[in-house]
Amino acid sequence: MVDETLPGRDAAIGGEVSRVEAFEALAANQDLTEKPTSVWRLGLRRFVHRRNGVAGMIIVGFMALVAIFAPVIAPYDPTEVLIGKEDVSKREPPCIHLLGCDESKPQHIMGTDGNVRDFFSRIVHGSRVSLTLGFSTVTVAIVIGAFLGAIAGYWGGWIDNITMRIMDVILGFPALILAIAIVAALGPGIRNALIAIAIVSIPQYARVMRASVLTIKEVDYVAASRALGANPWRILATRILPNSLTPLVVLGTLGIATVILEAAGLGFLGLGAQPPQAEWGSMLAAERNQVFSAPHLVFFPGLAIMLTVLGFNLMGDGLRDALDPTLNE
Amino acid sequence: MLGYIARRMMLAVPVLIGILLVTFFLVRLIPGEPCRAILGEKATAESCERFNEANGLNEPLPVQLGIYMARVAQGDLGESIRFSRPVTQILIERLPQTIELAVAGLTLAVLIGVPLGVLAARRHNTATDVGAMAVANVGVSMPVFWLGLMLAYVFALVLRDTPFALPPSGRLSAGVTSTPFYEVWQWTLTEGSVWSKFLEFVGNHVIFNSLITGQWEVLWDAIKHLILPAVALATIPMSIITRMTRSSLLEVMGRDYIRTARAKGASEPRVVGRHAFRNAILPVATIVGLQLGALLGGAVLTETIFNLSGVGRSLFEAITSRDYPIIQGFTVVIATIYVAVNLVVDISYGYLDPRIRLK
Repeated sequence: MVDETLPGRDAAIGGEVSRVEAFEALAANQDLTEKPTSVWRLGLRRFVHRRNGVAGMIIVGFMALVAIFAPVIAPYDPTEVLIGKEDVSKREPPCIHLLGCDESKPQHIMGTDGNVRDFFSRIVHGSRVSLTLGFSTVTVAIVIGAFLGAIAGYWGGWIDNITMRIMDVILGFPALILAIAIVAALGPGIRNALIAIAIVSIPQYARVMRASVLTIKEVDYVAASRALGANPWRILATRILPNSLTPLVVLGTLGIATVILEAAGLGFLGLGAQPPQAEWGSMLAAERNQVFSAPHLVFFPGLAIMLTVLGFNLMGDGLRDALDPTLNE
Repeated sequence: MLGYIARRMMLAVPVLIGILLVTFFLVRLIPGEPCRAILGEKATAESCERFNEANGLNEPLPVQLGIYMARVAQGDLGESIRFSRPVTQILIERLPQTIELAVAGLTLAVLIGVPLGVLAARRHNTATDVGAMAVANVGVSMPVFWLGLMLAYVFALVLRDTPFALPPSGRLSAGVTSTPFYEVWQWTLTEGSVWSKFLEFVGNHVIFNSLITGQWEVLWDAIKHLILPAVALATIPMSIITRMTRSSLLEVMGRDYIRTARAKGASEPRVVGRHAFRNAILPVATIVGLQLGALLGGAVLTETIFNLSGVGRSLFEAITSRDYPIIQGFTVVIATIYVAVNLVVDISYGYLDPRIRLK
C-alpha cells in the first residue's frame, strides 16, 4: 500500500518485478542512490510500516544506549565488592525503595550477587560485552564469508569447489559443538569465543554471497564492465558487492542474535568471558546452583540476553521484509 | 531415485572425512599435555614419556592421523584416558540419554510447531496469528540454559507440593532402576560380542526399554525426568518450525492451484489439508533436519543444567580434562549423526518432491 503513493519505477520495484530487475534498476542509477528511488530508501519506508521491525529497532536502540551510557546508568562499579562498604550480604534479593524496601537499606534494584556486587550494575555493563561481541563477530564473519563466497562464485572451478567443500565440513558440525571444540583448542576467553563463533558463522555468509555473485555476474552491466577491461577485483567491489549487500545485511542482523546466544552459551560453560568481567552468560553460570535460593541472579541475566536477542531477531525480520522486493505482498 | 540417493550419499563422504580431519587437528591444538591433565601437574618427565608411549602420542602427527583413520574405519574410537575404558563403551552408556532427549525435543517441537504455524497462517493477520508469532519470536530468542533453570525453579520449587511438580535433575529417581529387556526376557548373551553390545545400547534407552518390557513405574519416572529438559531443548526448534510452517503455508496458499482447488468447490479443510499443506511441509522438513544440529548443541547446555550424563555433558567434561579420545570420538559421532540425519532428510525430500530428484 505504501508503494501506490510512489511514482513510476518505485511502484514497479515494489510490485511484481524480480529481485534481479530491481537490482538492475538500482545499478542503472548508481549515482542517484541518494534520491528516493534507491532500494534502501524504499526499504526504509517499508521498514517503518512493519511493527516487528520497529519494535526490534527500539529494543536494540535501547540496549545500545544502555551499553554506551553504562557507567552513567550503573550506580556501582560492576566489579566492586561491597562487603564492608555497605550493610549488605551476598545474594540479597532486590531492594527497591520505591516498592517499599526499607529506606535504611542501600538500594540494589536487582539485588547483590555471590560476591556482594551490585547486580544491576553488572547487568548494565554486561550489555557492552554482548553487543560488542555480537557486532564484531558478525562483522568478522561477514567480511571473511563474503570474501570467500565472492571469489568462489566469481572464479568458479576448483576455487569454488574447495571453498564450498570446506564450508560444508563446517556446516557438518552442530554449530555450538564446533564452537566449543574450537574454544577448547584455543583456550577459553572472550577473544577466542569471538574467533570460534565467527568461524562457525562464516559458511552462511559465504553461501549467500556466492549465490548472489552467481546471479549478478551474468547481468549485462557486469558483462559491460568486463568488456571495458575492468579487472575482476574492481568488478567485484564496485559492481557486484553493492548489489549483494541486501541479503548480507539482513542475514547479518539475524546473525547478531544467534551470535549473542552462542556467546552466552559459551560464557555459561565457562569458555567465554572470564570472571570478574560482567558477561550475562557467565554471570548466570556463576549463580546457577543458587537458582532455588536466589532465583533473581539467574532470572535477570537471562532476561537481558533474551531481550537483546529478541530485538535483533525482530529487526532482522523487519529488514528482510522491507529490503527483499520479492517478498513484498 | 536410486541414482539420486547414491549421489546424495557420495556428497556426504568428503564432509565426513573433513569432519574426521578437523576433529583430529582441533584436538591436537588443545593447550596443555594430556599426561599432566591425567597424571597430575607434578608428573615427572619419565612417567609422561611412558604415558605418551602407551597412548601413541609420541608418533609424528601424520602417523597418528593414519592410525586414527584406520581405527575409526574399524569402529574403534580408542580408549578414554581418564576412565581407561573404550570410548565406544562410554558411548553405549551415554548416547541413549542424548538420543532420548533429542528425539523427545524434536517430537515436541514438531507436534507443537507445525499445528501452531498452520493455525497462524490460517488466521493470517488476526490476534491468533500475532499471538503465535509473538510466542515464536520470544521462543527463538530464549537462551536454553536460562529457560532450563527457570523451568527447574518453577516446577521443582514453586510447584513442589502440587501434582505438577517435576524433578529438576537426573534421569531416574534414586532407587528406581531399569532392567534391560534382555535380562527381563532371559536371553543368553555372549559377553563382549558386538550383538550383546548392540543390545546393551538399545537397552540403555530407558524409556524405550521400560515401554517394551512393561516396567510402568520406571517409564513414568523416566518421562517425568525428561519433560523439563525436553521442553527447554524444544523451545528454539519449535519456534523456528512454527515460523517456517506459517510462511511456507502462506506462500503456498497464494498459488494458482489453490485457487483452482477452491474454484472446483473443494471444502476449505480439503484445500488446506490435501493441496496446500503437502506442498508447504517440504521446506519445513529441511528445517527439521537442520534443527537437529541446534538440538545436539543445546544438549550440551541442557544436560549440564539437568545433570544428565549424555554425550553433550561428557564431551564438555572431556574438554576440561583434555581426554583426547573422548573429545575426538564424541565430536565425530555427533557430527556423523547430524550429517546422516540431514542426508535422510535430503533423500526423503527427493522422494516427496520429484522435481528435486531430477535436478
